[in-house]
Amino acid sequence: MSAVTRRRWIWGLVLGVPVAAFAVWGLADNAKLFLTTALNGLTLAALYFLVASGFTLVFGLMRNVNLAHGSLYLLGGYVGYVVGDRTGSWLLAVAAGFASAALSGLVLQVAVFRFMQGQDLRQTLVTIALSIMLADVLLWIFGGEIYTFDPPRAIFGRTPLPVVQVYPTYRLVLLAMSAAIGVLLWLFLNRTRVGMMIRAGVDDRAMLAAAGVNVQQVFAITFAIGAGLAGFAGVVGGTALSIAPGEDTRYQLASLVVVIVGGMGSVVGAAIGAVLIGVAEQFGLAYAPTYSVVFTFVIMALVLAFRPQGVLGRRG
Amino acid sequence: MSASQWRKAMNAGAGRTAWPRTAPATTPRAARPVGAAAGGATVSAAAAARPGDGARWLRWVAARVRARHLIVLAAAIVYPLVATPFFTFQVGAQSLALGLIALSLTFLAGYGGMVSLAQMTVAGIAGYGYAIFATSGTDISLKWPWWLAVLLALAIATACGTLIGWFSVRTEGIYTIMITLAIGVAFYYLAQQNYSLFNGFQGFQSVKSPTVFGRDVREPLPFYYLTLFWALVGYWGVQYVLRAPFGVALQGIRDNPRRMAALGFDVTAHRVAAYAVAGLIAAVGGILLVWYNGLVSPGSVGTSWLINILVIAVLGGMRHPIGPFIGAVVFVLLQNFAVDLVDRERFNLLIGGVLMIIVLFSPDGILGWWANGLARLRARSAQGRLGRRVET
Repeated sequence: MSAVTRRRWIWGLVLGVPVAAFAVWGLADNAKLFLTTALNGLTLAALYFLVASGFTLVFGLMRNVNLAHGSLYLLGGYVGYVVGDRTGSWLLAVAAGFASAALSGLVLQVAVFRFMQGQDLRQTLVTIALSIMLADVLLWIFGGEIYTFDPPRAIFGRTPLPVVQVYPTYRLVLLAMSAAIGVLLWLFLNRTRVGMMIRAGVDDRAMLAAAGVNVQQVFAITFAIGAGLAGFAGVVGGTALSIAPGEDTRYQLASLVVVIVGGMGSVVGAAIGAVLIGVAEQFGLAYAPTYSVVFTFVIMALVLAFRPQGVLGRRG
Repeated sequence: MSASQWRKAMNAGAGRTAWPRTAPATTPRAARPVGAAAGGATVSAAAAARPGDGARWLRWVAARVRARHLIVLAAAIVYPLVATPFFTFQVGAQSLALGLIALSLTFLAGYGGMVSLAQMTVAGIAGYGYAIFATSGTDISLKWPWWLAVLLALAIATACGTLIGWFSVRTEGIYTIMITLAIGVAFYYLAQQNYSLFNGFQGFQSVKSPTVFGRDVREPLPFYYLTLFWALVGYWGVQYVLRAPFGVALQGIRDNPRRMAALGFDVTAHRVAAYAVAGLIAAVGGILLVWYNGLVSPGSVGTSWLINILVIAVLGGMRHPIGPFIGAVVFVLLQNFAVDLVDRERFNLLIGGVLMIIVLFSPDGILGWWANGLARLRARSAQGRLGRRVET
């Protein structure tokens, strides 16, 4: 047994045994509560993954911490609401959420970030300024009310499940949708030409440019996809929960933590981080309500302490 | 060249590159022609000219205090005597307290190269600490004497600041921003959710400020002078630390951590120590702020305030410790008088716009504008002289 394998085993035991013990206790104590919480955690993780995958994609390629990513989520949600309200079609609302955020992302990249390539702090400050302004403009237009969506009847009912008894169908659909998006994203990055360019750009931007690829175009496409995913999540997540001021900060924080835990620039890492954070948050809320944030934080602190680059991150 | 010589050379180099354009250069004053200094003629010239005359610290002070320092100090002391209580308390004292918190960020970011968004969290922890130990309208408060509460709150907040630093120094640059933001927002949610210690959404209302010599320190005049005193302590303290070996090494680490590590400096220890210093400064600001507001709640450590501190520091400019105070004055004035310009509800739009303009057009903030203006003026006058010489 090599040293690395042995270390993996030790870590697996140190982390796995308490989690397994908790799972056994939870199942024996109140199986329904435990499984419902687990499902809630997974659906929340699905939502976090949708938001964080765009964030990590943009960060990985452009080293641009887009702190306006949460605002794009909120923007997509509101635009989707307006479109859904006018047309009565939930699918159109989802499409509009994606399109509006993608377009805003494209404009941001072409009009602002292109001119400050490599200036990390300045880009971050600009995105902070943008998120402050966007949040205020949205509050101005839509007020402080809470908006909810109206999805098709087929996906809105309840589904009978063993042990849990009934569970909102929409949340299961959300889980499936998120998994599908994850697979599509993986296929896009690993099996298409543009995806190949994006991955090459993550590894070495200068070399990609030297190979004759129009890097600015790749950047714009990535930014549009990343932002669009946030807008998509805005409508999809807004349907599961709701759309209200302050959600932007919440999802901004969630994607930050997910990406820190999962590793910057890795879509698979974002999925792992999302599951860890989403599940921990829901179990925290169910079993220790006043300290649920602490669980999220402890996970982040542990990852930082033992693997600063994140679960799947690479150094440098 | 021996190691110690290398270190000396490094330190000197680091000190020089670190000096902002607006600040007096590190060259000895005697080497500069009188009147050529940006601050004009100084009171110190006479004192500095007589070596051995007076105590050592007097010479130290004389070598550093310039006319503009005295002018600003005099203006700050006279200010509350001519201003209305509103301007003294709401504008003056609040700017100084916020400036102190932003100063801790300027120290970290401008001189340590670490942008931490959690400085308001440290200040908030100090505020919460004071509210928990001292007297407030909530039963959680322990009602201990105010000086004990202040000391404990300062100690706890500084320890938390150091701990936050210890976490964040594992990362660099942009990652530091992300992690400190995550820590700050996590504390906000913790304070909001937890009722046993932080009293949840309500926080601590009517926190009692101490009464000294029969006067409540929250009265405008005493409070203004109190914040002014601590702002001055913070300003000179930061100036002192920056010239001390620790500060010079810190600036060296900001410029080139690998070289400093190769020279035998413990990079991580210096960075964590910088967080500790910044934590103490922010904690003092936090206690002043809780006295000023008379309350502390999750809202005081929310995302908007985390970012407001960054806005203040960036607005003023991070190249000199005076920057955060200038930024704070502008911020507070905007906050109070934006109502006349825009709707009260749209303050965030305004502050976002101001931040955007500063970031896009003057990365060094107001100090950068000032320095640019001076440089342009000098260039113009130099050109003028050159032109005349060509004519003759």
